[in-house]
Amino acid sequence: MTSTGIPVCEAIGVHKRFGALEVLRGIDLTVMPSEVMCIIGPSGSGKSTFLRCVNHLTKIDAGRLSVDGHLVGYRERNGRLHELPEREIAKQRAEIGMVFQRFNLFAHMTALENVIEAPLRVRGTNRTDAIAAARRLLARVGLANKADAFPSQLSGGQQQRVAIARALAMNPKLMLFDEPTSALDPELVSEVLDVIRVLVADGLTMIVVTHEMGFARQVADQVVFMDNGVIVESGSPAAIIDNPSHERTRSFLSKVL
Amino acid sequence: MSADIHAVPVRHPGRWAATAAVLVLLAMLVHTLVTNPRFQWDVVNRYFTTSAILTGLQRTLELTALAMAIGIVLGIILAVMRLSPNPLLSTTSWAYIWFFRGTPLLVQLIFWYNLAALFPKLGLGIPFGPQFVSGSANVFITTWTAALLGLGLNEGAYMAEIVRSGILSVDEGQQEAAYALGMRRMQVMRRIVLPQAMKVIIPPTGNQTIGMLKSSSLVSVIAVPELLYTAQIIYARTYQTIPLLIVASLWYLMVTSVLTMGQFYIERYFARGSSRALPPTPLEKLRRQATRFRALAAARQRERG
Repeated sequence: MTSTGIPVCEAIGVHKRFGALEVLRGIDLTVMPSEVMCIIGPSGSGKSTFLRCVNHLTKIDAGRLSVDGHLVGYRERNGRLHELPEREIAKQRAEIGMVFQRFNLFAHMTALENVIEAPLRVRGTNRTDAIAAARRLLARVGLANKADAFPSQLSGGQQQRVAIARALAMNPKLMLFDEPTSALDPELVSEVLDVIRVLVADGLTMIVVTHEMGFARQVADQVVFMDNGVIVESGSPAAIIDNPSHERTRSFLSKVL
Repeated sequence: MSADIHAVPVRHPGRWAATAAVLVLLAMLVHTLVTNPRFQWDVVNRYFTTSAILTGLQRTLELTALAMAIGIVLGIILAVMRLSPNPLLSTTSWAYIWFFRGTPLLVQLIFWYNLAALFPKLGLGIPFGPQFVSGSANVFITTWTAALLGLGLNEGAYMAEIVRSGILSVDEGQQEAAYALGMRRMQVMRRIVLPQAMKVIIPPTGNQTIGMLKSSSLVSVIAVPELLYTAQIIYARTYQTIPLLIVASLWYLMVTSVLTMGQFYIERYFARGSSRALPPTPLEKLRRQATRFRALAAARQRERG
């Protein structure tokens, strides 16, 4: 798929160190509007760290990272970078949805309360509208009848679908999925992937870190293979998953396919 | 279907011996309570609801409630400071806790009572600049304020550690999810972290409240007429020391019992969403027990019938 306009997410030479450990060693990638990028690779390769950098949950040490044309966490003035105040960072994050491997639903709130929390507190939407929108979203992820359930009363797949509804409630420009099915029982994986497929069909821009190769092959516009903090290769699913050109990619895929 | 087992149960001679020993001790206790005239139960009865004692009780309750309120608010502030990335804030909080936990409460109370010796005049104004209002410390720091300050500031140090452990008990993923939605630090603390930390904070806070009810009796040394001091004033006059101490103790016991019950229901409320089944209330337990008895009786009836 080719799109025009400004990239929804653009990384140029992104580096991240934790002490002496260099987790990201120069990541370059571009995600255009309505594009779906799947990042694959062995654990510890820096996939999740990169995702966390995109919404500034983790600060990058070098390079440029922008979402919707704006630097993440910084403002450039007279050739110098200025850290953004917390308020501005929160504003940027509100535009980026994130779904976590371990769901991270607010445990003390019902499914519905989880979904309306950010629209109420961050956007200042009035309660009636927020609840109506949340019910629509819960229906969309197939959980209309679970609105009043607490996360502990839901299965992993149901929790993850509520988490997706919670992220969608903010109308994000970009969705980040951090191994959304890795913590699920095998039989629950498909119900979550089905929901994500619907979002893909709706044209939502997203970056998905995943180990589900079949899913990546089916929905991705670009597949990026990461190892050891660098992008080994990237391209169409057919090029990367079915016909990888690097030995490292081949050996990884031979283990997961 | 196989038949139910009707086996001869194991005998427990040890349990019988222990039961007998405890029963003898209990009997001795009851015997002395009833027959020893020096308990002067008639005096206990006479003073139990006199207005002086009730006023003292009311002061004890007010002191406990206000000092706990100060302690909880201060504790939350100190805990958030302690976890702040700003080293000055976290060190200040650490030092506060170190000092107030490191000196006896009794000493702190006497210190506040004598504050005027250190600062004869207190005022409100710009730091190192002019003052808008000022006056004698003895006017501002009455025995009542000294008692409140002493108990509240000391409690703040303990509550800070309780709140901090509660905050740390909440999974980090909860905060990350909230930040990812665009929530601000204070919002995340107030809406997401603290409500979940409550589950860990409430039980020790209940203990602290019960502890506070009793440590509030320490302020009798600075002549605040709460429950114990009121009892002391009376027995200083009448020499009925034991019965009046019993009056005070009975009231402390009763209030403690009510607080324990309150704690159960508050804990139950904050356990929402965390466990599949909430612990049953005493009423529910009773009802369940009744249902079980009825079912058992019905079964026996059927067996016979």
